[in-house]
Amino acid sequence: MTEDKIKEELVLADFHKKIKEAFEVFDHESNNTVDVREIGTIIRSLGCCPSEGEIHDLLAEVEEEEPTGYIRYEKFLPVMTKVLQERRYRPIPEDVLLGAFEVLDSAKRGFLTKEELVKYMTEEGEPFSQEEMEEMLSAAIDPGSNSVNYKEYITMMVIDEN
Amino acid sequence: FKAATLIQRWYRRYVARLEMRRQCTWSIFQSIEYAGQQDQIKVRWNESGLPLALLSSPWAAKPRCSKGDFLDRMFTEERFHQDAEMEKYSDYESIEVPDSYTGPHLSFPLLPDHATALVEAFRLKQQLHARYVLNLLHETRKHLAQLPNINRLSTCYSEEITVCGDLHGQLDDLIFIFYKTHGKKILRTLQDVFCWLPLATLVDEKVLILHGGVSNRTDLELLAKLNRHKIVSTLRYKMRKENEKQAEEKRKANQTSSAQAPTPWFLPQSRSLPSSPFHLRSDKAHKTSRSSSIPCGAPLERKESSWQVQHSVGLELERCQQQAAFPVILEKEEPLLLTSKADDVAGERPEPTREEWKQVVDILWSDPMTQEGCKANTVRGGGCYFGPDVTEQLLQKYNLQLLIRSHECKPEGYEFCHNRKVLTIFSASNYYEVGSNRGAYVKLGPSLSPHIVQYQANKATHMLTMRQRQDISMNDFRKKKLQISRVEESALRALREKLFAHSSDLLDEFKKHDADKTGLITLNDWAAAVESVLHLGLPWRMLWSQLVNTSMDNALEYRSWLEDLAKEQLSHENIQSSLLETLYRNRSNLETIFRIIDSDHSGFISLDEFRQTWKLFSSHMNIDITDDCICDLARSIDFNKDGHIDINEFLEAFRLVEQSCSEGQASDCPQSTNANDSDCNSSGAP
Repeated sequence: MTEDKIKEELVLADFHKKIKEAFEVFDHESNNTVDVREIGTIIRSLGCCPSEGEIHDLLAEVEEEEPTGYIRYEKFLPVMTKVLQERRYRPIPEDVLLGAFEVLDSAKRGFLTKEELVKYMTEEGEPFSQEEMEEMLSAAIDPGSNSVNYKEYITMMVIDEN
Repeated sequence: FKAATLIQRWYRRYVARLEMRRQCTWSIFQSIEYAGQQDQIKVRWNESGLPLALLSSPWAAKPRCSKGDFLDRMFTEERFHQDAEMEKYSDYESIEVPDSYTGPHLSFPLLPDHATALVEAFRLKQQLHARYVLNLLHETRKHLAQLPNINRLSTCYSEEITVCGDLHGQLDDLIFIFYKTHGKKILRTLQDVFCWLPLATLVDEKVLILHGGVSNRTDLELLAKLNRHKIVSTLRYKMRKENEKQAEEKRKANQTSSAQAPTPWFLPQSRSLPSSPFHLRSDKAHKTSRSSSIPCGAPLERKESSWQVQHSVGLELERCQQQAAFPVILEKEEPLLLTSKADDVAGERPEPTREEWKQVVDILWSDPMTQEGCKANTVRGGGCYFGPDVTEQLLQKYNLQLLIRSHECKPEGYEFCHNRKVLTIFSASNYYEVGSNRGAYVKLGPSLSPHIVQYQANKATHMLTMRQRQDISMNDFRKKKLQISRVEESALRALREKLFAHSSDLLDEFKKHDADKTGLITLNDWAAAVESVLHLGLPWRMLWSQLVNTSMDNALEYRSWLEDLAKEQLSHENIQSSLLETLYRNRSNLETIFRIIDSDHSGFISLDEFRQTWKLFSSHMNIDITDDCICDLARSIDFNKDGHIDINEFLEAFRLVEQSCSEGQASDCPQSTNANDSDCNSSGAP
């Protein structure tokens, strides 16, 4: 085997181990299955940042012909490995995120009002559920001004993550 | 609209990662807890002369060990000759209540009003005298002994039946409060109380309530006809042997000192997870010390039960309310701790059949699973995992509509499964850690549709949020995040302790992966090594960044990592902080002990006496404290430096800690020896 080939194999083995670990966290009965509703969380915790639509596509590939409500590891592994190998759904860099907020803030005020945020998040793109919207608001909105200073918000969330 | 999608994508990922952290934290707590249980099982079975090979590897790694093996071993045991001492132990009438006693007085039969008054007395922090504790337990046992194996209740007699799950209490506290004189009696009687709890309860012949679960062979008729005494005697024998052995070992280990009471035979082995000093008692549920057992434990038993008086009060409540036609059922956390009855034929010990034993173990230890079928529960070491088909089969066989059980901690305090045919109820909120989970109980009315009530003992979290109110942007989501971090931090601390405890094994494993003797180990090898030593089944790769401090991406200098671990665990601050936490948690016990030692009621004890007290205390709590630490602690408590500790000063210091925490100012704690994190849950010294 060439050195490159060996490296490739090692990287592959690495992916497999990572995927297995993340999967097992949600495999509550140790029988190599997880509830289908946890797949999104698992994929995202492996470093990917897919949209809801992309998750649905992935689900279609890993589900059984007759959906049973749970996903088997044997089906999940190859699909997820490919995702990691192809480096799909990369996370969003801070500046890109900032740019997105700025697009929504057409007047370039540096903030979005609560109503505007709710409108964009629940009517555009892949709309939030009410629960998701409330959760986001609770962290983002400054109750005094009833608006979100998105630059500060991003910074705060990023710090929290680390 | 691309911008919106981007933000939504990013946000969802953030939430997912938070969820993953929460789930990992949960796994850590659970796996440590179950691993501890398995140690317990191993210890107990050791008593029975199991071959060492079996004991040397944890159950999880040996799926081939079927329950059958252990049943076999159980039945080759010596038979036990009856213990008639039990009657002696419920003799409470000889205990005198001094005139100075200001707590509640109990008389029996206990009326609902009295029971309410008792709970109120606890809320006002009054104390119940040992005599009444014993009396209460004795009455409870008498009442329960009259109930059949499968207790039947009907909503015709009342409007509502309340079902609770596992409550979990502070066994250590009870023991220390009464250790000198009455602890033994109380424990024995308590044991009996739990022995006599029904194996299962049927409501309206439709709802089945039991502790663990069912198997595909569960036979309610058999259970109903079972003679419980048969199971008890074997258990009692094993338990007594083990405790005698432990007591003997401890007696040998602790030499002289009359100040040191001989280790009471009933002392459990504590294996508490680290906890925050915020462990103030709530009215309903005392904080969990994961005291492993009332020694009366069955080999397969999971010991946490609210043996404490409040539970017994609850039982009495049950009885009174039943008499008053308001049935309240308390879930059995305690499986079979059966006492030997006086009327058993001496020398003739009836034995449970293998089948009977299995039936009992199954209903006490089983857990539901989503897959169909029925397989051995290797995690618990007894009982099985049962699938929705097994549930369905059972419900149909006995014409039931719902199965209510406890036995597993759930984040929301309850969880439905098997098509809403199985309901798990868990009533000990904050079980692993403040903020880890809610508790719940369920009410059943004549319609038998379950109505769930959730709660969380929240004095501590309330204090936490009071602090944060100062921060304007504090809000629900933030609180939730903070809670996750706090609980996570606690879990990681527990994990680091475990790693430290296995340092030498870990070093050996690491060396095996380091054939070239570079001193380095890769992430993958590290994960494999750690798992092979600890057997916790945790996502080590995910935890790497939180457990390991390394400048290299994928490699670790393992020796220095282990050294750092050691330094951290043995650090002055750490010991001090866990010492202080423990002190804080047990301050009322300490007060009691102080007062016992302070025989002349001067309010002062000498430093020497303090040290002795502390040694006794810490050996019972299984804390390993060096002499230096104790001296340091004693000196720091001796405020006026005259060689004596004023008990009131000492307790006042804790009140100060409590008070300043509630005002949200950690830094104002006097004589702070530690300045950990900015949160008030650092242990500000007294």
